[in-house]
Amino acid sequence: MIERKDGQDPRVDDERPAKPVADVIVARDVHKWFGQLHVLRGINLTVRAGEVVVIFGASGSGKSTFIRTINRLEEHQRGQIIVDGIELSDDIRNIAAVRREIGMVFQQFNLFPHLTALQNVTLAPVRVRGWSRDKADQAAMGILERVGIPEQAHKYPAQLSGGQQQRVAIARALAMQPKIMLFDEPTSALDPEMISEVLDVMRELAESGMTMICVTHEMGFARAVANRMVYFDEGLIVEEGPPEQIFGSPQQARTRQFLSQILH
Amino acid sequence: MTAATLPPPRETGGPSAWLRQNLFSTWYHTVLTVVVAVLIGLFLWQVGWWAVSEARWGVVTTNLRLFLVGQYPFEQAWRIWLSLATLSVLAGLSAGRYGTAVRTLAMWLAAGQLLLGGLAAISGMALAVPALLLLNAALVWIAFLVSVRRPLPRRALLFGWIASVPISFLLLSGANAVGLPTVSTNLWGGLLLTVLIATVGIVLSFPFGVLLALGRRSDLPAVRLLSTTFIEVVRGVPLVTVLFMADIMLPLFLPGDVRVDRVARAIGGITLFSAAYVAENVRGGLQAIPTGQIEAANALGLSAVQRNRFIVMPQALRSVIPANVGLFISLLKDTTLVVIVGLLELLGIGRAVLAQSEWFGAQLEVYVFIGAVFFVLCYTMSQASYRLEEALGVGQR
Repeated sequence: MIERKDGQDPRVDDERPAKPVADVIVARDVHKWFGQLHVLRGINLTVRAGEVVVIFGASGSGKSTFIRTINRLEEHQRGQIIVDGIELSDDIRNIAAVRREIGMVFQQFNLFPHLTALQNVTLAPVRVRGWSRDKADQAAMGILERVGIPEQAHKYPAQLSGGQQQRVAIARALAMQPKIMLFDEPTSALDPEMISEVLDVMRELAESGMTMICVTHEMGFARAVANRMVYFDEGLIVEEGPPEQIFGSPQQARTRQFLSQILH
Repeated sequence: MTAATLPPPRETGGPSAWLRQNLFSTWYHTVLTVVVAVLIGLFLWQVGWWAVSEARWGVVTTNLRLFLVGQYPFEQAWRIWLSLATLSVLAGLSAGRYGTAVRTLAMWLAAGQLLLGGLAAISGMALAVPALLLLNAALVWIAFLVSVRRPLPRRALLFGWIASVPISFLLLSGANAVGLPTVSTNLWGGLLLTVLIATVGIVLSFPFGVLLALGRRSDLPAVRLLSTTFIEVVRGVPLVTVLFMADIMLPLFLPGDVRVDRVARAIGGITLFSAAYVAENVRGGLQAIPTGQIEAANALGLSAVQRNRFIVMPQALRSVIPANVGLFISLLKDTTLVVIVGLLELLGIGRAVLAQSEWFGAQLEVYVFIGAVFFVLCYTMSQASYRLEEALGVGQR
C-alpha cells in the first residue's frame, strides 16, 4: 500500500523535507488503533503551504480520526507526523507548539457556552499568546467582521443560529493566527439554509492563501475550492488527485462507487 | 386563500375567575375548599393565640444574650462588635462590586441585624445593643453606597475576605502576646458559634471539595486513589463519628504539647465531612461537560490548568450550584451536632437555658425561636443561590 502511494506522489520521500516551510504537514505511514480496531492503516499525506485539501469518504473510514491526529486530539501509534518542521511526539512542548500553528473547526462547533462570542474568540489569544485584552478585543472584532457577524459579538452561543455559531468557531480558531486550519465536517450539523454562509467564509479563507484540510461532503465546495481531493476508505487513502480527476475520471472503482452514491 | 394572522386567544382573567376555576368549580370542590379553609383558620387561630397570650417569651428575651453569643465575657463584647462591623463593611463593599447574589446576602445581613436589634430592644437589653446593631446595618448600607460609586478591585476584596477570617478569629479568641486577654472558645456560643462554624466550614470545604473532585479524576493513580479513599471513607461515616474523631482521637495522635482548639477541631471535622460531599457534587458537574469542550480547549492550545480554570470549572460549578447550596444549608443545620463534643451553639444554648429551673416547660418557645433563626439563615442562603443562578443563567445557556 505504501509503494503505491510513493509511486503516485513524488513529494513523499524517505528523507526529511528540505524546506519544511513548503511542506507544512507531512504524515508518513500513520497507524491508529481503537482497542482492537485498526482505524488508520498507514496514511501518507503531504500538504504544501497554501494548499486546500478536501478529504472525503464513508463514515468510519478514518478521515476524522486522521485530521484529529494532526493536532494530537488523537494519538497516532505508529508512523510520523511533522507539522511545520515539528514532529509530534509525547513531548507536551511539541504538542503545544503544533497546536499553536493549527486552528480547528468541529462538526458540533464546541463553542464555550458560558462565554460570549467575543470572549470565545479572545480567550486563547489572551491566555495562550499573552496579548493584552484591548489588543485581543480589537483583533477579535476584526475577525468577527471578516466572518460577517460583528453585531453578534456580545451574545452567548445559545442565542445564535447554527451557522452563526460555526462562524464564531471559525473566528475563534483564526484568532490564534494559525498557519493551518483543520475543518472536521463543519457543515454536517447545520440546517440546509445555513450551510452556504459557512462555506462562503471557508471559501474566502482559502482564497486568502490559508492552508486548509477539510473533511466534508460538500462536493460543490470541493470542486470550486480544493487543490486536491483525498478519498479515504477503511483507514487507507484509496485515491487522491485534483478535483477534475476525482470527478471526471476517478482511477479506482471504490472511488467511483462512493461518488455515485453521494452525487445523485 | 391565505390564513389570517390571528391574535392569541384572550385570557379570561381576574382573581374571581381564578377562584371559581380552581377552588369552586364543582359542588365537592366547594365543600373541600370550605372545610380546608376552616381547618387552616382554626390552626392559625390556635397558634396565634398561643404566641400572643400563652407563650412565655421571657425565656427568649431574658436569655437573649446567651442565645446570641453564649458566655462570651460582657466586658470583652467590643471584640464581637468589631468583628461584626468588619463583616458588615466587607459585605457592603462586596455588594457594591459584585452582582445580585452578593447583594442578596448583604441585604439579608443588614435585615438580620435590624431584626436582632428590634428583638434586643423589646428584650430590654442595654440600649447600646440595639443601637450598635442598627449602626451595623447602616454600615452595610453605607459601604454598599461607597462601593457603588468607587468599586474596589476584586483582588482587594478577596484579600479582605481571606484576611478577615484569621483576624476575626484572633480578635475573638485573643492573644496574650498582643495584650488581648484570651477568651476560651468554651465560652463562645449561641448564634455567634453557629454562624462562625458554618461560615468557615462552607468557605473552606468548597475549595477543598473542588480539589478532591479534580483529584478523583486525575491521571496520577496515587492522587486518584487518595482522593477516592478519602471521599468514600468520609461519606461512609456519620458526621457525629467524624466530630468525635476530631475531638477525641486527634489529640491522641498529636504530640502532647500541640493543642488544637476545640472549636477549630469541630470546624475541621465539619469541613472534611462537607468537602467529601462537595467533591461528589462537583464530580457530577465535571462529568456533564461534553468532551467537545475539552477538545476545543486543547485545539486552541490551552494548558491543562488553563483548560480547567477557564473552560471546565466555570461550567461544572455553575451547574452544581443548586446541589451545593443544598449541601451548605444542611451543613448549617448540622452545626447543631457539635453539641455532642461539648460546644454550645444555638441549639446547645437552648438546652442549657431550658435546664434553668424558672424556665422549666418552656420548650416550645425556645425551639420555635431557634427554628425561626435557622429558617431565616437557610432562607437567606437559598434566595442568594437563586439570584446566583439567575445571574449566571443556569439552565439557559
